[in-house]
Amino acid sequence: MIRKFFDIVAANAVPAVFIIISAFAIPLSGFSTGYLIQELLTRIGRNAFLILSLLIPIMAGMGLNFGMVLGAMAGQIGLLLICDWKIAGIPGMLSACLIGTPIAIILGIFCGHILNRAKGREMVTSYILGFFMNGIYQLVVLYLMGPVIPITNPSLLLSRGYGVRNAVSLSGIRAQLDNLIPTVITGTEGTQQFLNINADSSFFLIQLPFFEGTIKIPLATFIVIALFCVFIIWFRKTKLGQDMRAVAQSQSVADSAGIAVNRTRIIAIVISTVLACYGQIIYLQNMGTLNTYNSHDQAGMFSIAALLIGGASVSHASIANVFVGVILFHLMFIVAPMAGKNLIGEAQIGEYFRVFVSYGVIALALVLHAWKRNREQEANRRTLREALKK
Amino acid sequence: MIKNFIAKAGWPRIIIGLFLLALFITAPFVGVNFFTSLNNTIVRFGMNSVLVLAMIPMIQAGCGLNFGLPLGIIAGLLGATLSIEFNEKILELLLQCATQYKISWLTEEFLTLHREAIGFASAIIIAIPFAAVLGWLYGKLLNRVKGDEMMIATYVGFSSVSFMCIAWLLLPYKHPTMIWGYAGHGLRTTISVDGYWLHILNDWLAINFKEDIVLSDSLTLNVNLSIPTGMLIFFAAMALFVWLFMRTKTGTAMTAAGSNPEFARASGVNVDKMRTISVVMSTILGAVGIIVYQQSFGFIQLYMGPFYMALPAVASILLGGASVNKATILNVIVGTFLFQGILTMTPSVFNSLFQTDMSEVIRLIVSNGMILYALTRKVRA
Repeated sequence: MIRKFFDIVAANAVPAVFIIISAFAIPLSGFSTGYLIQELLTRIGRNAFLILSLLIPIMAGMGLNFGMVLGAMAGQIGLLLICDWKIAGIPGMLSACLIGTPIAIILGIFCGHILNRAKGREMVTSYILGFFMNGIYQLVVLYLMGPVIPITNPSLLLSRGYGVRNAVSLSGIRAQLDNLIPTVITGTEGTQQFLNINADSSFFLIQLPFFEGTIKIPLATFIVIALFCVFIIWFRKTKLGQDMRAVAQSQSVADSAGIAVNRTRIIAIVISTVLACYGQIIYLQNMGTLNTYNSHDQAGMFSIAALLIGGASVSHASIANVFVGVILFHLMFIVAPMAGKNLIGEAQIGEYFRVFVSYGVIALALVLHAWKRNREQEANRRTLREALKK
Repeated sequence: MIKNFIAKAGWPRIIIGLFLLALFITAPFVGVNFFTSLNNTIVRFGMNSVLVLAMIPMIQAGCGLNFGLPLGIIAGLLGATLSIEFNEKILELLLQCATQYKISWLTEEFLTLHREAIGFASAIIIAIPFAAVLGWLYGKLLNRVKGDEMMIATYVGFSSVSFMCIAWLLLPYKHPTMIWGYAGHGLRTTISVDGYWLHILNDWLAINFKEDIVLSDSLTLNVNLSIPTGMLIFFAAMALFVWLFMRTKTGTAMTAAGSNPEFARASGVNVDKMRTISVVMSTILGAVGIIVYQQSFGFIQLYMGPFYMALPAVASILLGGASVNKATILNVIVGTFLFQGILTMTPSVFNSLFQTDMSEVIRLIVSNGMILYALTRKVRA
C-alpha cells in the first residue's frame, strides 16, 4: 500500500513540483494571461518538434538521446548553407532539410554504432558524443567553412576571411512556417482595432466574445507537429515499432525471436537524429537568429529537461509528456526571472533558479528511474530466492 | 616488444603522445621557446594533478568516472572563501590559543610571517568537513543508483553548481575584497587570492633558473625556468597518501568491491560502505585539488566556474591509461602531463604555424574523444 503510494508519487513528482512552483511564480511575476498564452503558443510551436524527436530512442530502450545535438548540428549546417545561397522562405527551409538529412543520417549511423558498443551506458556515451561532435562541428564551421567549403556571402564570415560568425541572422526564413497560415484570435472589441492596423494583409480571424487583446497562432507549425504526432502513433504499430519495443523489453529475448537488435537500435537513433535536424530548423526559423556555436547545445539540454518535466522517465515517454513538459518548462522559463526580481529584487536569482531547476529535474528524473529499477531488481531477486527455498 | 608496448599503452595514447612529441619538436623551429613551454606544462601539471588524483578512489571502488567532481570543487570554494572571510579572526584565535596554552613559538611575528600559509591551510581545513558531508550524501545517493552513476553524477554536479550560484549571491559574506562593491552584497565572479595565498606552493622551494646560453653567433638559447617544487611535492604527498591508502585493508576491500562486487560481498566486504568511503575521498581530494589550483591560478572562480571542470580531469586520467573501472597513480601522472602538454603546446605552436588558435577545438576533440574511447571499450570481465 505504502509502496504503491510511493510509486504514484514518484511517477508524477516532477510535474507536480513544477505545477506548484508555477502556481507561486505566475502571480509573483505579474504577467498578464494574454501575454503568457501568446508566449506559450509561440514556444510550443518552437520546441515541440525537437522534443518529440526524443521519443523513438526511448521506445527502443536506449534512454534519453543526448545525441540529438548531432541532428541539431546537421540542421544548422543546412541553414548556414541556404543562408549563403540566399534561398529564402519555405523553399529555403525545405532545402535546409534536404541538405541536413544526409548529414543527419550519417551522424545517426555513427552514433548508433558507438552506442551499440556501449550498451548499458548509452546516455552518458551519447552525452559525451555530443561534446565530441561539437568539437568536429566547430572544426568544420570555424576553420573549414571558407577555405574548403565555399562560403561566398561575406556577411556570414568572420572578418579574418574564413569561419562563420558567432551570430547569423536567418532573416530569409524567419517565422516563414509560423506565418504560412496567419491566424489571429481577437476579442470582439479588439477586432476592429486590429483590422485597422493590419488592413493590407489577410488573416484567418477567430473572434471570441469574452477575450481581450490579440493572440497570433503559428498554425502551420502546429499542423506539422500534429502530423509528426500521427506519424509516431502510426510508427508504434508498424513491424519496426514493435521490434523496437521488444528490444527495449529484453535484448536477448528479442535476439532469439529473430530481431536484428543492433540494427533496430541504429535505426531508432537515425530516425531520432534526422527528426532532431528538422526540429532544429523549425526552432531556428522561429528564433530568427542562429547562435552558430551555442544553439545546438541549448537545444539538447532544454528538450531533455522539458520532456522529463512533462513526467517522462528514461524508459517511458508519451506524446502527452511532451506537451505537458513544454508548457510547464516554458511557463517557468517566462516567469522565473520576473518572479525572482519581484521577490528578492534580483532578476539574476530567477535566472540561476531556472538553470538550477533544468539540471535538477534531469538529475531527479534519472535518480528516480535508476532507484526504481534497482528496487525492482532487488524485489525480483528476493522472490526468486524465496521460490528456491520452497 | 613494440607490439606488446602498443597493446599495453593503446593506440589513442600513442597517437596523442606522438602528437605532443611532434609539437615539442616543432616548437623551436616556429619560434616558440621550448623551455618556457616545458615550464608552463609543468606548472599546469601541478595545478591540475590533484584534481585528476580525485578520480582514483571512485574508479577503483566501481563508481565509475567521477563526473560529479564539481561537488568537491564547491566544498573547496566554500573553504577558500570562508578562509578569506575569517582570515583575521583565525589569526586572532591562534594567538589566543598560544597565550592560553603557552606555546612559545606561536608568536605574533610568526603568525604575520606565515599569514599566507595559515590562510592556505585553513582553506583546506575548512573545506574538508564540507567535502566529507557532501561526499557522504553523494555516496549514499550513488549507492541507490548503481549502474547509472556517471550520468547522474554529471547532473548532480551541474545542478549543485547552479544551486551554489544562487547561494553565492545570497550568503552573508562581508569581506570587502570578495563582495560586489556597488551592490554591497553577493560574492564576485572571480576573487583574487593575491595577498592571501597566491603562489604559496609554487614559490615554496621554487627552483629559478635564468640564463642565456650562446650556442653560436646567431643562436642564443633563452632558458628561463621556474620549477614549482612546492606544488610538485604537495602532489607527491597527496599521491603517496592515496597510494598508501589503497594498500591498507580498507583500500584493498575498496578495490575488491570495484572489480567484483558479488565476490567482494561473498568475502564479507560491505560493498556499499566501501563505495561511500571512496566517494567521500574523491570529494575531499577534489576540494583540496581546487585550492591547489587556485593558489597557482591566482583567482577563485565562483558561479559557473566549476561547471565543466570535471571533463578535463576525467579526460586526463583516461589519457593516462585508466579505464572506467581501473586507475593507478601512474595513469594520473602520465595523463595529466600529456593532457596539459597538449593544452599548453597547441595554442603557441598552432598560432605560429597557421596564425590561428585551434587549441579550443583540439581540446574538445581530444578530451571527449578520449572519454568516448574509454566508454566504448569492451570491459574485460
